[in-house]
Amino acid sequence: MEQETLLQAQDLTKYFPVTKGLVLQKTVGWVQAVDHVNFTIPRGKTLSLVGESGCGKTTTAKLILRLEQPTTGQITLDGNDVHTIEGDELKQYHTDVSAVFQDPWSSLSPRMRVRDIISEALVVNQKVTKTEAYDRVDELLVQVGLRAQQATLYPHEFSGGQRQRLALAAALVGNPKLIVLDEPVSALDVSIQAQIMNLLKELQDSYEVGFLLVAHNLATVRYLAHEVAVMYLGEIVEQAETDELYDNTLHPYTKALFSAALTANPDSQREEIILRGEVPSPINPPSGCRFHQRCPYAMDVCSQEIPVRKEMAPGHFVNCHLY
Amino acid sequence: MTSTQEEIYQQPEKNIGEVVLDVRDLRTYLYTRWGITKAVDGLNFQVRAGETLGIVGESGCGKSMTALSLLRLAPKPAARTVSGQIFLEGEDILERSESDMRFIRGQKISMILQDPMTSLNPVFTVGNQMVEGLGLYYQQEDSKSLKGRAVDILRKMGVAAPERRVMDYPHQMSGGMKQRVVGAMAISGTPKVLICDEPTTALDVTIQAQYLRLLKQVQADTGVAIIFITHDMGVIAKMCDRVMVMYAGKVVETGDLRPLFENPSHPYTKALMASVPSMEHAHVEKLYSIEGQPPALFDLPVGCRFANRCEFVDEKCIAEYPPMFVSEDGHSADCWRLEGQWKKVANVES
Repeated sequence: MEQETLLQAQDLTKYFPVTKGLVLQKTVGWVQAVDHVNFTIPRGKTLSLVGESGCGKTTTAKLILRLEQPTTGQITLDGNDVHTIEGDELKQYHTDVSAVFQDPWSSLSPRMRVRDIISEALVVNQKVTKTEAYDRVDELLVQVGLRAQQATLYPHEFSGGQRQRLALAAALVGNPKLIVLDEPVSALDVSIQAQIMNLLKELQDSYEVGFLLVAHNLATVRYLAHEVAVMYLGEIVEQAETDELYDNTLHPYTKALFSAALTANPDSQREEIILRGEVPSPINPPSGCRFHQRCPYAMDVCSQEIPVRKEMAPGHFVNCHLY
Repeated sequence: MTSTQEEIYQQPEKNIGEVVLDVRDLRTYLYTRWGITKAVDGLNFQVRAGETLGIVGESGCGKSMTALSLLRLAPKPAARTVSGQIFLEGEDILERSESDMRFIRGQKISMILQDPMTSLNPVFTVGNQMVEGLGLYYQQEDSKSLKGRAVDILRKMGVAAPERRVMDYPHQMSGGMKQRVVGAMAISGTPKVLICDEPTTALDVTIQAQYLRLLKQVQADTGVAIIFITHDMGVIAKMCDRVMVMYAGKVVETGDLRPLFENPSHPYTKALMASVPSMEHAHVEKLYSIEGQPPALFDLPVGCRFANRCEFVDEKCIAEYPPMFVSEDGHSADCWRLEGQWKKVANVES
């Protein structure tokens, strides 16, 4: 089944300089936040980036949103390099790619009415009149499960789950091709999470919009994502279609991550693999495979050579010397 | 570095003793200009030494206010524990004076909060902060000996190189490390009851796993009773021996871990469990989600508080608050549907 590629990241790298000195800043090192990352997002599908703090998933999301510039590598949307466009094309890009963030409070301006918040991106980036924009807002409010009459209210008059719906409406206003969702439900109560996740699925179907989902809850990811990429210290260590990854986990880090995730079942037979220590610093990542110091299967070659990406099953890639 | 096999976690042995905490009809209300918010409205429960009781519920159900009430730290002047008894090792701490409470908090009953930064002062070293608390419990000792104790406790909490860590400032530590320090401070007075209020929500999955293993070890070593407050059913399944489900200020269901998971008897518990997605199940079409929202706590209905969202609701539920029904194995729930199946225990006034 050929899927049309919407977004592609090629050899994407982002290093942040570490500087010393107040007046004359000298670069003494680099935070290797994202290191030669490759992935594609098909039209209308969800790719999830999974990993712990410091793995680079949020930086990757920012690179796609053009909140950061890559050090090397490329991101293309419908074949066009995302970081070289400007002017009207750039405005179109910002309409085509939008975002929903974790905190339902801080993404909505408390001093603006909801209809202005939602329509702002449309009014700024596209040549749309206020009336047309407000009509669109009414339509969107209903689509996200709220009421058109609520358009004149302020954010504080809504609950957390409702505010996240507003953020979704704002992200959908320009009919985007891709929405970056950075932990969209983790700040919400469990029963509200379910509501929002159902909504995300419905909207993906009706808008045919792609999602880049950054999340740490593996159950949320399993429910929403078509494909998952597991990141560790700036690199993708394993990548596959969702069911394939969950049923046939290969990389030791992915195994440990999955085993640490808690399931709401006291009789779960899953054994918990103990991972010692903490994630090393991305300023001085370990030699060879970045995971070798914590890996229960580490061999001599692991500290010497960087593992090469191998396709173990159709669409299932892993970077590990065990394979 | 050579390692061969995966290290699999082995659970420490459980040793459950006598009742150390006995809470009866606890009510904490908040007096605001919009009315009286009945945050905690008639709680009854017991915890034994070496046992972990989980309190699960969503925002606004009253679980955090319960924790604060147990420590008599409910925010004054709005919050007041208006009635009830909290028997800690046989004595009602609601009768004790505030100056007595300073010694009871930390030494008999202690708490770990969700955000380690709210418990740690950023301008003092970790050691300094620990010694401050320790000095209160071990008044005869000098600062050198107190520092030694601090290092010891950090080591017990799994902090590597504790002699160096004790001189760090909070900002020099990772989230998991800070939570261990807060944990260390909480157990430094050797309390009999430790309340953990969502301590792992902000932590990464593998760090959360490490932290929970540590808590279990501390419990096995010291016999402390743990009250674990969370909204995460996965953490409950891993940590707890018994579970209490709260909704709108009341306990709606209580039971031992397995019976509760296998046979959730209150519609809210059922709905909550059904709305949690599972890692184990392949592609599911739609998640179950509960319609509507919890009632405002200053405007509570006369009958069952879950009635407006319950799929099994009928007239009796709206008219009268259900009493507690108990099964043969000690599993209880406040729901009219259990009438005739389980034994009716008490008529709870709402």
